Amino acid sequence: MAEEMRLLLEHADKIDPRIAEDYIKVGGYKGLEKARQMDRKNLIQEVKSSGLRGRGGAGFNAGMKWSFVPPAEVKYVVCNLDEGEPGTYKDRIICEKNAQALLEGMAICGTAIESKQGYIYCRGEYPFVVELLNKAIQSAKASGALGDFDIEVRMGAGAYVCGEETALIESIEGHRGEPRFKPPFPGVAGLWGVPTVVNNVETFAALPYIMTKGAEWYASIGAPKYPGTKVLTLTGDVNNPTYFEVPTNYNLRDVIYKLGGGIKNGKKFKAVQVGGTSGAFIPEQNLDTSIDFDSMGAIGAALGSGAVLVLDETRDIVDIVTRISKFFEHESCGKCNPCREGTFRCREIMEKINSGRATEADLNNILLLAKVMKRAALCGLGQAAPVPITSTIQHFGHEYRRKLLQYA
Amino acid sequence: MANYKDIIYGLKDKRGGIIEAFHALQREYNYIPEEALEEAARAFGVSQAQAYGVATFYSYLSVKKRGKYIIRMCESAPCHVAGADEVIKAIESYLGIKIGETTADGKFTLELTECVGQCQATPVITVNSEPVFNVSAAQVPEILSAYK
Amino acid sequence: MINLTIDGKEIQVPKGTMLLDACRQAGADIPTLCYDPDLRLAGSCRMCVVEAKGRPTLVASCVMPAENNMVIETESPDVVEARTVVLELLAARHKFECPTCESDGSCKLQDYMYRYGVKESRFDGEGPHFHTEDPNPFIIRDYDKCIMCTRCVRVCDEITGAQAINIEDRGHHAKIATPFDGKLADSTCVFCGQCVMVCPVGALTSRVAAGKGKPAQNEKVLTTCTYCGTGCTLELNVKDDKIVGVTSNRDAEWSPVNKGALCVKGRFGWDFVTSPERLTTPLIRENGELRPASWDEALDFAANKIKAIKEQNGPDSLAMFSSARATNEENYLAQKLMRAAIGSNNVDHCARL
Ligand SMILES: Cc1cc2nc3c(=O)[nH]c(=O)nc-3n(C[C@H](O)[C@H](O)[C@H](O)COP(=O)(O)O)c2cc1C
Ligand code: SF4
Ligand code: SF4
Ligand code: SF4
Ligand code: SF4
Ligand code: FES
Repeated sequence: MAEEMRLLLEHADKIDPRIAEDYIKVGGYKGLEKARQMDRKNLIQEVKSSGLRGRGGAGFNAGMKWSFVPPAEVKYVVCNLDEGEPGTYKDRIICEKNAQALLEGMAICGTAIESKQGYIYCRGEYPFVVELLNKAIQSAKASGALGDFDIEVRMGAGAYVCGEETALIESIEGHRGEPRFKPPFPGVAGLWGVPTVVNNVETFAALPYIMTKGAEWYASIGAPKYPGTKVLTLTGDVNNPTYFEVPTNYNLRDVIYKLGGGIKNGKKFKAVQVGGTSGAFIPEQNLDTSIDFDSMGAIGAALGSGAVLVLDETRDIVDIVTRISKFFEHESCGKCNPCREGTFRCREIMEKINSGRATEADLNNILLLAKVMKRAALCGLGQAAPVPITSTIQHFGHEYRRKLLQYA
Repeated sequence: MANYKDIIYGLKDKRGGIIEAFHALQREYNYIPEEALEEAARAFGVSQAQAYGVATFYSYLSVKKRGKYIIRMCESAPCHVAGADEVIKAIESYLGIKIGETTADGKFTLELTECVGQCQATPVITVNSEPVFNVSAAQVPEILSAYK
Repeated sequence: MINLTIDGKEIQVPKGTMLLDACRQAGADIPTLCYDPDLRLAGSCRMCVVEAKGRPTLVASCVMPAENNMVIETESPDVVEARTVVLELLAARHKFECPTCESDGSCKLQDYMYRYGVKESRFDGEGPHFHTEDPNPFIIRDYDKCIMCTRCVRVCDEITGAQAINIEDRGHHAKIATPFDGKLADSTCVFCGQCVMVCPVGALTSRVAAGKGKPAQNEKVLTTCTYCGTGCTLELNVKDDKIVGVTSNRDAEWSPVNKGALCVKGRFGWDFVTSPERLTTPLIRENGELRPASWDEALDFAANKIKAIKEQNGPDSLAMFSSARATNEENYLAQKLMRAAIGSNNVDHCARL
């Protein structure tokens, strides 16, 4: 895999992520040391100018987010390890290979915003990662590397919506994982009402390298507007379904054909869904696009979590999207009308289409519903839930029409 | 079996930690018994209605009795395209139960789940949260017979 | 101050004002389902969405603070479309029984469906399936008519403090429930009926008033509750000169003490007013039997007895026990009678509600 660029995963399988000393031997915790010697404002400026943007999906400039945090007695640093987007397991890999970098990154953020307490919200599906992290924290504390910065791991319990930052906060508080309306944003009023920075695992884990190698160096890697590396996870009909770390200007076609080793069993490509289950399906003609946030956006898709689901020519798109619509029905928190009822009706209509009982009118209904969900749902879940449907109707409309009653 | 009060009060100092308490209860009982839920509500200073609302929100928590081994079949898109449907059918016919049911001997409960984050080896099932990789329908009897 | 434009009108509002209030100030009629001025904001029904120029999504006006230079449209085609679809989504899971529904005529779902001309839902799949049986004497719970605004959950928590109900499950299957989805009587519910008061549709209605007259058609008479000295304002529902129910007037001007909130007695316990078992004249006990008497006779009888006791055994052989159902003024007069006319300090009061 010559074209990978391993930054976060450079020492994968060569060091024990649970042991701080292992990490220190390969240069770990130097970034935090440097951060602690810097003026807070300069530190935030350094992160800002590195161009590091959130790896959890929304792509917000990390340093900018931190700069909004107002003065307060207590503040929190929260790491989003909910990783619920189907097809995604990069945050687990980062923890399993380089957990100390995550801890160091959180402590750097703590230094920048003057917070002494971090939380890692780990999805309930990863009890073994919770165990690993607890050992890693113990070791880092014992080594003195974290100083007075404390980190506690909290566990989710099977709710995709808890990856949304305000639902995540509700969940840490011991509530139902229902998103809050914004504003106020967590940076101003987050966990237990105080200023809270929420970042993704991959975002935090990049910080030590930015600190040691410099913002300028980081900004020069990959796509200029979304610099750095991105960990991708490949699934579906490729020869090599595994994870990779690549610079962000990496080409999507190369992800599938070079890294992924091409389509399995000598079949042809049909579509790829990038960003997890809430992402758009991308047809052949758009494959020559860089995977970075803005380039993906320009073709109506999203980099999202960096999951890449590849489908070969034999796959039934409508059937897969029907399955995806069931996911959103199951994961809607139920707080707002467009999503609570909309995801339910989307699944119903998709099943109707998939089983050959639908008409053109159903197609129009689902498109109208999709439009309203995108524009009126309270949080990103309901807003993104119709994307797989609308993107496949747009690019693979014939597969839908083939299943309508009048053509059956 | 540990007393549910000891489990709950051992975690009482975790602010907002009722979900942690529910996890701990489930590690012992595989579900949240009614008296334990009521005690947890008291310990964490929330109403029983709220505790019940929390317990029923999360798909990993259950207020209904479940078997000794909880099998979860991932049916998210990557596992779906890898043949999850076949595996579900094989498990159902091997255990003689449907999704959501528990075997008469109380040994297995079968549930569906969304992505468990092990997509390098689809289809995936988990048994009491331990993932089992690359499961095929043919392997189901062999895999499940290992759970005594 | 914040300057913004709403439906072409330039207006000024203080910082922190929500768009909903700003829109109302500009004369726009914004539909709301989950919003309740006395409760914590939810921002969940999405009926109040408006279009803010330059934003990718519609904004829920009830939870969005007004910002400088915003340009707001409150009934643009997109807004109307979103509201229409939300109504159709709610209608698809709703059990329409308007002709026999207690809320007919005072139902927000009905009103908004009328306003946006929603005759039927294009979502013709599974209908309502939230049937609930709860045979308590006071409240009918019919979640096949629930629109999941959660106002009942919030009022029970924030105003009554009983915390009897919450949301069970999630997504489309979410439902209002007591712990383990039991009966209200087995929960911490005190049957204050505040949830009935805030329910914008017919999902929660009074069982005591059921079938006696639809609140929207009844004559409303404001009065003060006689059960205790708190003095809550009641809104009597009167039909053919008979009380057929009690509802709430939540306007602080008319209901200054309680803003519509009541207890189980005030809201559900009004049937005594026309009970045939009520006393209609004073009674005097003679030879162990009660016989009707006129007020003059009864008062003279009591006065004479009191005088006789006082003469024979002194004023402290008498005591006055007055009622919390009397007002402060009446209780003042009672102690005055005792102290000034009879000459004893033996005055007490059932200071319980
Ligand atoms: C439905 C939903 C699910 C999300 N899931 C995740 C997740 O699993 N992990 C994550 O880091 N961010 C997730 N996000 C994005 C977070 O809300 C938030 O933007 C992110 O954690 C911020 O971190 P970042 O700036 O480092 O990306 C999700 C958002 C939505 C709307
Ligand atoms: S969009 Fe869906 S997940 Fe988000 S608040 Fe609304 S119901 Fe909940
Ligand atoms: S709640 Fe409203 S819409 Fe529903 S039946 Fe009653 S009056 Fe009709
Ligand atoms: S009657 Fe009062 S106490 Fe009972 S559920 Fe309704 S609001 Fe809560
Ligand atoms: S019962 Fe009434 S108040 Fe409660 S959520 Fe349903 S519609 Fe709203
Ligand atoms: S009234 Fe604003 S979202 Fe319900």
